[in-house]
Amino acid sequence: MRVFVEGVGIVGPGLQGWTASRAILAGEEAYLPGATVVAASELLPAAERRRAPVAVRLALAAGEEAFRSAGRDAGSTATVFASSSADGDTVHHLCETLASAARDVSPTRFHNSVHNAAAGYWSIATRCMKPSTSLGCYDASFAAGLLEAVVQVRTGGVPVGLITYDQPYPEPLHSARPIATSFGAALVLAPVAGERAIAALEIEFVPSPVRATPMQDAGLEAVRLGNSAARALPLLAALAAKGGGSVAIDYLSGAHLRVAAGEC
Amino acid sequence: MQALAVSHFSIVNSLGSGAEAVLRGLRENRSGLTPCDFDAAAIDTYIGRVQGLEESPVRADLSDFDCRNNRLVQRCLEQDGFDEQVAQARNRYGAGRVGVFLGTSTSGIHTTELAYRRRDLRTGALPADFRYAETQNAFSLGEFVRRYSGLSGPAFVVSSACSSTAKVFGSAARMIAQGVCDAALVGGADSLCLTTLYGFHSLELTARGPCRPYDFERDGISVGEGAGFALIERVERAASGAALLLGVGESSDAYHMSTPHPEGLGARLSMQQALESAGLEPSDIDYINLHGTATRTNDASEDKAVVEVFGRDTPCSSTKGSTGHLLGAAGITEAIISILAIKNDFMPGSANTRQVDPALTCRYLLRGKDAGVSRVLTNSFGFGGSNCSLILGSGE
Repeated sequence: MRVFVEGVGIVGPGLQGWTASRAILAGEEAYLPGATVVAASELLPAAERRRAPVAVRLALAAGEEAFRSAGRDAGSTATVFASSSADGDTVHHLCETLASAARDVSPTRFHNSVHNAAAGYWSIATRCMKPSTSLGCYDASFAAGLLEAVVQVRTGGVPVGLITYDQPYPEPLHSARPIATSFGAALVLAPVAGERAIAALEIEFVPSPVRATPMQDAGLEAVRLGNSAARALPLLAALAAKGGGSVAIDYLSGAHLRVAAGEC
Repeated sequence: MQALAVSHFSIVNSLGSGAEAVLRGLRENRSGLTPCDFDAAAIDTYIGRVQGLEESPVRADLSDFDCRNNRLVQRCLEQDGFDEQVAQARNRYGAGRVGVFLGTSTSGIHTTELAYRRRDLRTGALPADFRYAETQNAFSLGEFVRRYSGLSGPAFVVSSACSSTAKVFGSAARMIAQGVCDAALVGGADSLCLTTLYGFHSLELTARGPCRPYDFERDGISVGEGAGFALIERVERAASGAALLLGVGESSDAYHMSTPHPEGLGARLSMQQALESAGLEPSDIDYINLHGTATRTNDASEDKAVVEVFGRDTPCSSTKGSTGHLLGAAGITEAIISILAIKNDFMPGSANTRQVDPALTCRYLLRGKDAGVSRVLTNSFGFGGSNCSLILGSGE
């Protein structure tokens, strides 16, 4: 299945935006690990900005950068949100409250606990009434989201924004499900090679196991392995490299995605 | 879209286990709702509880996945010979050619809620027997069903609150259209947990008594649990007579996180998209299975949207007075109820609803009735403004 990339967003540890990260991902500049810095959303109305939890702001930051660089209107574009655990902080606080005697759950926390909270805030921020799918597939959440987004682009003949993100749980859940860092990435995908297209992607679901393409830099490889959304890194590196490249992304047990990135 | 066959299905909720029990409950306009007695919940409300899950662990070889949600899933896969039909599809198409697209809102979160009550007093750690990936994570449902059914095609779990298991029909249809798989297992489950009971209570959205959709005195939802699954394949490869998936419509409200658009704008878009995708006119729909949660706001905004699209003549009802609101499992449950309506020429009524709110003007059925049903539209709307409408039709 062939689609075209119009915009890229990335928010990760020492990876502040696509423009700043391109040379690092292409191996032209050294990777320096650092904190993940999430910029405040420019789109959210003030009331929602106050209520939006960190995981949601992470997703929005990645998505906003991708749409900005694509020069495409987010308000008229369908979206796919892929995350293993969505907002773990909110889930932790709810479980803590429910284990207490009072069980006085906050209504805002409750509505933020749904897996599609980021999609909800996104649609409000961008005034987008187009379809939006929120999905999870544990460590393969990025691969699953990419497959769903590409299939939507091909079937509907429409552009789709793919936003993937994962945020560490606080303890005690962190020990049960260690997510090493905060990471978000986004791609704006289109069915035809328009003026804005920066690369073509050829994507195939392969029902056999494979060793996933690693990152060459040990620090970036640790980021890739530590967060389900960061499984996008090898594809982003292929997009950053001159001449593109082909990568294998691990998906389910016994399956993977083969993605070739090249010029349009 | 190209119509697809919904060849086989299975269903479990508080009305009963299996299609026959659920259909009988609907024909009797019966309610499966009972006073809330779940776990430690001290809330004055009714729930739709599936009996006997406490004594029914999952298959021994999948014991890592044991939790209330997966017990409910297994109970459902065992109904109506469904697991045998899935095995036949696996043999017919090959395990890697059958996709698994499922939905849930809270997956096995109840296991985590229980684990938080057993934290180590000194360190705060969760108990050593807590298994996150196999219980709490949304994909626990997906991995459990893949392993239970021996399927290895593309898979994921959609979690968009109460539209989740409606939206998986769209994912399956697209995957089949693109040739990523030849058939798909769709559906999912949501099970009782304190998160949703206390969460909806905090929003003042739980009804005191059994929920009363579209009633003048409606005061909120009854949280229920349930599961449903369906096997979807190309019409030419399915047995003749199977029900058809004719259309899928999806939209976003872009309005509020937990309140529907007051004019039902997103709901209207979703229904119009479904009609467009099916190539049908509003007059082609014989019956509408409403989202009808029995909150003041949902029923009012959905009614506006339905009347705007369909006028006031199309018979409608919500079956949530019978089942409760199955949240992430509402979509598949009501899709299967729609198929039962088609196969049995029966339009369900609305258990517990006494007097339809005069402000709501769609043609609301208080009692079920026997009438020809060829095409049904069913609505599922969720938090975050996630909307999905499905159109199902007769394959006769």
